[in-house]
Amino acid sequence: MTDAPMATAEAARHALHTMWSIRRFEEAVDDLFARGLMHGTMHLSIGQEASATGVCMALRPDDAITSTHRGHGHCIGKGADLTRMMAELLAKETGYCRGRGGSMHIADVATGNLGANGIVAGGIPIATGAALAYRMRGEDRVVACFFGDGATNEGAFHEAVNLAAIWKLPVVFVCENNKYGMSFSTEKSMAVENIADRAAAYGIPGVTVDGNDVSAVYEATRTAVDRARAGEGPTLVENLTYRWKGHSKSDKNLYRTKEEISEWRALDPILRFEHDLKESGLLSEEDIQGIRTQAMEEMRDAVRTANSAPDADPSDLLDAVFAPV
Amino acid sequence: MTSTQTTSAPTDTGREITYSEAIREAIGQAMEADERVFMLGEDIGIYGGAFGVSGDLYHRFGAERIRDTPISELGIVGAAVGAALAGMRPIVEIQFSDFTNQAMDQIVNQAAKIHFMLGGAATVPMVLRAPLGSGTGAAAQHSQSLEAWFAHVPGLKVVMPSSAADAKGLLLSAIDDPNPVIVLEHKLLYRTSGPVPEEAVRVPLGKTNVVRRGSDLTIVATGVMVSRSLEAAGILADEGVDVSVIDPRTLSPLDDAPILEDVGRTGRVLLVQEAPGHGGFTAEIAARITESPTIYRLLAPVKRLSGLNAPIPYAPQLETASVPQVADIVDQALTIMKES
Repeated sequence: MTDAPMATAEAARHALHTMWSIRRFEEAVDDLFARGLMHGTMHLSIGQEASATGVCMALRPDDAITSTHRGHGHCIGKGADLTRMMAELLAKETGYCRGRGGSMHIADVATGNLGANGIVAGGIPIATGAALAYRMRGEDRVVACFFGDGATNEGAFHEAVNLAAIWKLPVVFVCENNKYGMSFSTEKSMAVENIADRAAAYGIPGVTVDGNDVSAVYEATRTAVDRARAGEGPTLVENLTYRWKGHSKSDKNLYRTKEEISEWRALDPILRFEHDLKESGLLSEEDIQGIRTQAMEEMRDAVRTANSAPDADPSDLLDAVFAPV
Repeated sequence: MTSTQTTSAPTDTGREITYSEAIREAIGQAMEADERVFMLGEDIGIYGGAFGVSGDLYHRFGAERIRDTPISELGIVGAAVGAALAGMRPIVEIQFSDFTNQAMDQIVNQAAKIHFMLGGAATVPMVLRAPLGSGTGAAAQHSQSLEAWFAHVPGLKVVMPSSAADAKGLLLSAIDDPNPVIVLEHKLLYRTSGPVPEEAVRVPLGKTNVVRRGSDLTIVATGVMVSRSLEAAGILADEGVDVSVIDPRTLSPLDDAPILEDVGRTGRVLLVQEAPGHGGFTAEIAARITESPTIYRLLAPVKRLSGLNAPIPYAPQLETASVPQVADIVDQALTIMKES
């Protein structure tokens, strides 16, 4: 990446394409689920696309991420293949986890995604450990660790951030603060105003960012990544954002108002970025339409290809319980 | 303490070292051979480990590879999971196996499942070592035997070395293994000695050890109960009862064939564990026997001798009464002989 990626047309195109890919992927998943064509549950990140995109653009391809139960965007942002992701959610043998993981455990190790996680805060110590491995081997790779606001009330968060801080490990702790841990609001769950305030307890920088502004997310992450790569240790980056949909498929949204949801929908990070791009003249209306169309066609392709793949096969179900010695 | 005993691990010189020294030797040799291997845990550095196991490793390998941590078991195990995922070979020391409770998410939900959940795309080659068992007066929160918990989780390998040679050989295999391996060391064995090869000789995981071969009764035991069973076997021999003593060594995956074979031959079996009986690991062995044709060879019902279904108490006479002792094993064995 260049130093100021949103300032070049190429980077802006990449950012917008990534955000539309995430949005279209999750809309497709939402639709397939509603029509009974996809089973299980899933946690959609619609409305949070700027966070996944801005953070991942600040990383090198050989940097790693750990992700959450709301992880489709992180996976796409890091460069995973949409067809293999869709195949996993459609319970196909060609899915990233051969049908053993599903939405909550999706990962593409090849693009540096060390795994989504069904346990709130479960991935945070793992990110610290991966960063420890890089440091011990003298590699200048960085780990971006995604988690939600709810995770910062878990012990795992405190233990892992403390370890990374005392060892000055190359981790960027990225909190996607979407205001709710399932139905429990951050106002009720924390006595501090910002999650970034908690960084002070570990002696590391904490920064609160407008998480619906992809450029701001990129800039803050980039600063944190540079600091991590230089051996100066972790940073806590808090992206203030919002999930438009419920926590999961069982959510009736009784804990928040329609007004609140529509206020945040008006702050759509994708439309806002498009507006900024047109204002600055970086991309034209035609460019933007082209990216939208491309993202839609790629998604249709992914669904079509994934649907025609063979189903996950129970005959070798046990083969991955243990890795062969 | 009970007497020391030998295992099937090869020995050249007959050199005897302690169980604790054997573990340290294994870690040292693995670290010399492979720079990916490192250790992390509480007070393992200059302090030398709560039970003295890491000893001088800090001075040999330095603070980077013998990595002292804050008191934060969940963070430590999670860091090991992440480091293993990223290509290292971490060995975690948890001071008392009771404290694995603090880290259960990382052990059960993360380490055990990642390889499977990712469809085989990643491995977690980590080792978690922790002392288990009673006998030190440390009472209910420092004396448990939780091996059945771990053995119940798909994706974890669980090892319980009962001799110095096995402690070294099984640990070396655990470090080589691409899967998460829980190594449960018995506190009372740390200071016991036995012959241990100087070379880095592996004892394979998943291989049951027939420690003693007899004709009348099969005793299956783990951890410190192996040496107690051997001592009982000596007493029983004087009573004219010839017993086998079998140590599975690896609880998961379990190599049951040698157990079934021996029980089929003797027709009598006594399963001994320190852990409480209810839901215990010997119940699994009992089930394997009764699910196999070996059941038709039985001359007496399958018997289990376990710890009481109670927390471990403090007072020495209460603690001793809570878990099987040599005399209890002898009594049970004689009862089985009389009733068959």
